Amino acid sequence: MAKKNLTTEEILHIAKLGNLTLNKKEIEVFKKQLSSVIEYIDKLQEVDIKDIEPSSQITGLTDVLREDKVEESRTLTSGEALANTKSKEGNLFKVKAILTE
Amino acid sequence: MDLLELTIKDASEKLKKGVFSCSELIKECFTTIKKNDKKINAFLTLNEEEALKKAIERDEMIKSDKEIFNKKPLLGIPVAIKDLYTTKGIKTTAGSKIIKDYSPPFNATVVKKLIDAGVIIIGKTNQDAWGHGSSGENTDYEPTKNPYDLSRVPGGSSSGSGAAVAYGAALVGTGTDTGSSVRLPAGYCNLVGLKPTYGRVSRYGVIAMASSFDTIGHMTKTVYDNAKVLEVTAGLDPYDSTTFPIKVGQYTKVLGQNIKGLKIGLPKEYFVRGLDNKINNSIKDSLKVLEKFGAIVKEVSLPHTNYAMAAYYILVPSEVSSNLSRYDGVRYGGTREMFGAEAKRRIMLGSYTLSSGYYDAYYLKAAKVRTLIKQDFEKAFKEIDILIGPTSPTSPFKLGEKVDDPLQMYLSDIFLCPVNLAGIPGLSVPSGFVDELPVGMQIIGPQFSEELLYKVAYLFEQETQYYKIRPKFKNG
Repeated sequence: MAKKNLTTEEILHIAKLGNLTLNKKEIEVFKKQLSSVIEYIDKLQEVDIKDIEPSSQITGLTDVLREDKVEESRTLTSGEALANTKSKEGNLFKVKAILTE
Repeated sequence: MDLLELTIKDASEKLKKGVFSCSELIKECFTTIKKNDKKINAFLTLNEEEALKKAIERDEMIKSDKEIFNKKPLLGIPVAIKDLYTTKGIKTTAGSKIIKDYSPPFNATVVKKLIDAGVIIIGKTNQDAWGHGSSGENTDYEPTKNPYDLSRVPGGSSSGSGAAVAYGAALVGTGTDTGSSVRLPAGYCNLVGLKPTYGRVSRYGVIAMASSFDTIGHMTKTVYDNAKVLEVTAGLDPYDSTTFPIKVGQYTKVLGQNIKGLKIGLPKEYFVRGLDNKINNSIKDSLKVLEKFGAIVKEVSLPHTNYAMAAYYILVPSEVSSNLSRYDGVRYGGTREMFGAEAKRRIMLGSYTLSSGYYDAYYLKAAKVRTLIKQDFEKAFKEIDILIGPTSPTSPFKLGEKVDDPLQMYLSDIFLCPVNLAGIPGLSVPSGFVDELPVGMQIIGPQFSEELLYKVAYLFEQETQYYKIRPKFKNG
């Protein structure tokens, strides 16, 4: 098994992909911990998977469809949908602007 | 009444006969919680006021309707609900700080089914945040302790539900099992814990960890109790399109049937170095009990076992990174720096294995290895009816022992994760004690073979009665 040593640059890149910001201490701790986990999962490289199909739905169900209708029993009112937010205006979530003029 | 001894079966009979009322039972649960939970930390939220109100309603029902126990099979039974389960109007945090004030506007399907069956929700239980862990220590709150020895972990991630049932705070604890999270706490807390077949029980409203792995199970003191609860929770749900259109078994009806000629496979890859010798002996002794009932034991091979954990720790973090991406604090909840260390590790690991240039080498390869693991089990089940192995390679470990070494923590689940990769059911049952600590035995069967697992477990339990050995709160 090849020794894995993630660099600070790699850790920051992975964190960015996961929409996470890390402090200095976290960078150092995760570098070590994730390197050892990646080193472990790398042992899959030795398995022969020629002609093997990947599994994602494990009981083999396919094409489970329902009618394209609104189901009242699981529809929230706007009041219910907004009940847990700390930032709303009228019947809407109020969020930070993502575009500026 | 003695809650340490009480089972669902006893409680139903006593409620029916009027030996005690539902209100008395529920009050007793809260007395036990107030006495013990400060040292155990099984609960994050208590539902006391509402529970007592519901108990009075149940007592009225019992008085006015003789048939009520047939209509509501779990009438008056106190239930502890894992905090990943969405409960209408009862705070649901997933063991995390990021949604610490979330009060859901709806119930998970399983919660609704349990309420319709008459249960009383006692409270929401502690857990590894988001279900990420094997010890309960990854909670964003105070870790749960094992009632059999307070210096040790109760097993995770459904740590609070396991401890709560073990110390008598509730008669059933719900859990989720993505890699081990019902079976490990069951094994560590001397309980019966079911990981059902994937798709047997609806996932709707249970906060997702890894959607192609998550199963919705529960822990009880006895096999009968466990089977009784599955009769309520199992079944097709239009809100979860992965629930499987197959009839729900009559899980309590098969209990007591004989298992003469049943072929039991021992996966040789599960009895290897790293397995504690005393646990090995305990499982071997338990097999002798099953042989007395006429079962035939033979060794089998699951050749890809050695790759299961690696495949699991690629596929599950990949799904985790996707499922947790919605917690961005934009609409509600806190921001992403509030994730605990384990959630951050898994999000990063999953982002890595799904990232451009690595997807084929990691995610796709692991999905193919998942097929090989599934085939290993399918081939074995052509030769034998069920598989038996230890639930855990070691006894419950000390709090703090593995927290700084995530890889060692992950490997606690080495006999459990393969079952989730294959989507098959596993049942952990008490197999005795080693140095006064509980040992779990795992019974594994083909997809949708829950009836068979219960049948085997029941005979074993009737003979051994390990469930009667209750916790003494050592080191408390």
